[in-house]
Amino acid sequence: MIEVENLHKHFGAKVAVDGVSFTVNKGEVLGFLGPNGAGKSTTMRMVTGFLPATEGSVSIGGSDIEEDEIAAKSKIGYLPEAAPLYSDMTVEGFLRFAAEMRGVPASELSAAVDKAIETTFLEPVRHQSVDTLSKGYRHRTCFAQSIIHDPEVLILDEPTDGLDPNQKHEIRQLIRRMGETKAIIFSTHILEEVEAACTRAIIIDRGTVIADGTPDELKAKSSNAGSVRLIAKGLAGSGIEAELEKLPESRSVEVEESNDDGLVARILPAKGRSADLGTAISKLCKDKNLTVEELHVEQGRLDELFREITKTDLED
Amino acid sequence: MDAFITLILEFAIPTLIVSAIFVAIMMFVLPREVRTIFKRELKSYFTSPIAYVLFVVFLGISNTLSFFFTGVLEAGEADLFMPYFQYLPWYLVLIAPAVGMRLWSEEQRLGTMELVLTMPLAPWHAILGKYLAAAVVLFAMLVLSFPIVWTINYLGDPDNGVIMAGFVATFFVALCFLAVTSVVSAMTRSQLVALLVSVTLCLVLWLGGLPNISELLMNLKGGWLIFWPLLKLINMVGVMPHFSELAKGVLGFRDIIFFLTFIAFCLFATSVAIRLKRA
Repeated sequence: MIEVENLHKHFGAKVAVDGVSFTVNKGEVLGFLGPNGAGKSTTMRMVTGFLPATEGSVSIGGSDIEEDEIAAKSKIGYLPEAAPLYSDMTVEGFLRFAAEMRGVPASELSAAVDKAIETTFLEPVRHQSVDTLSKGYRHRTCFAQSIIHDPEVLILDEPTDGLDPNQKHEIRQLIRRMGETKAIIFSTHILEEVEAACTRAIIIDRGTVIADGTPDELKAKSSNAGSVRLIAKGLAGSGIEAELEKLPESRSVEVEESNDDGLVARILPAKGRSADLGTAISKLCKDKNLTVEELHVEQGRLDELFREITKTDLED
Repeated sequence: MDAFITLILEFAIPTLIVSAIFVAIMMFVLPREVRTIFKRELKSYFTSPIAYVLFVVFLGISNTLSFFFTGVLEAGEADLFMPYFQYLPWYLVLIAPAVGMRLWSEEQRLGTMELVLTMPLAPWHAILGKYLAAAVVLFAMLVLSFPIVWTINYLGDPDNGVIMAGFVATFFVALCFLAVTSVVSAMTRSQLVALLVSVTLCLVLWLGGLPNISELLMNLKGGWLIFWPLLKLINMVGVMPHFSELAKGVLGFRDIIFFLTFIAFCLFATSVAIRLKRA
């Protein structure tokens, strides 16, 4: 549905997006991750046709966003980052305007507005002026606008920003549900959101894609994937920490608790050895006659991967 | 009573016919996108206080000041009624930019530009829809100036054809000012900046056609000649001569073509300004 090829955007001498390519098919929810200023919003603005690309192409359902502008745009629903609204309209008036602009036929207008209001829980403020809405309601009103014409492609720039935890949960569920029949891109800073709603995620930094995969694949890429959490009893000064550290499969040991009774620790894998770490540890424990209460191989964490591959930014 | 009937026959009916033609074009000729933008824009003029404030200011200035300072009351004759129309464009130098300043700058300030330009419509749909909504507000202002026409008719027996021509000419000038404002407001997110720059440009546009400038052009000497192209341009786009021709009741084809070309050019310039803003 969405095909982005080698997208570049220069603002004067500054390169905001530097060769981004990806595709999103129907039934996919693509999470867009990256530090602030990485080029997420700029990419989304080019995908929706708001900003012209310096180089590269975007095609929405086979229509080029620049050459076949109107056909491409009519397939998209878009929630901009700032969730802009006309402050002098009511929620319902605004949604009617959006539906009309998006080409919803007059006979289906009221039904479309009702449905969008219901989906985004806007009933209590339906007749209220946009001016007087709280941030959460404003955000949802703009969200409602993006789904009002039941588009095939949804592009959401931080859709859960400014919502409370319950609303965040609802919106994630909604994105997940809609993702079954649409192609969705959404950007976020909240990594758990990616696991909750995405079928795939891209991490973008300084205008280039630095990781692309399902949430599980990405987690496995984290250098701490395959870490072992160990709770063992009865060591009595056996120097187990040093032994663990010496294992060729281990990189380092984070001790949470260590005394005569036992040990609670997280053992991080050495590069490329994560698959064998668990076996090595359980063998070591056996040799040392320790009672293993818990030995748990961790999946890796998105936030760790995120920090590992984007941290260069802070070091400069 | 006679004055009242005259008012209906010679002013109200033509106004209604023009309005009906406009509505018909809106409904049947222009695409849905233009209509939707137009409706929203027009509504927002009247849901906020802007339109009402501008109505009061404009009618206050034009009716009151004209009554007292231009000697209309004593005159009552058509040719002497002209002073009223000679002042109207001056007020419009201020009023038309005040009506148009929000067209695009408000859109940029609110960020709704991003919504409108990602909706399935061509930029000219939005530019035209917005421009027409502001034009309707200006049209309504001129229509609401009817008390002065009624007074003149009550007091004497003026040539109403000339008065009508005066209004037509004034409206064209207002449309030019509005078109200039449209370009300026596309370039800034601040309504105040849009207003100030537009007023300045409208003033130049209004005064540019003064005979003094044509004279100046011919007598330009020495180093001053580097200003010749600029002055010539200002002189060429000056609306005053075209206004005067039209207001005399001479329905000059050339003048109308001038106004329409100027407006079309400005709307095109608006689209260029918007494109530059995005890139």
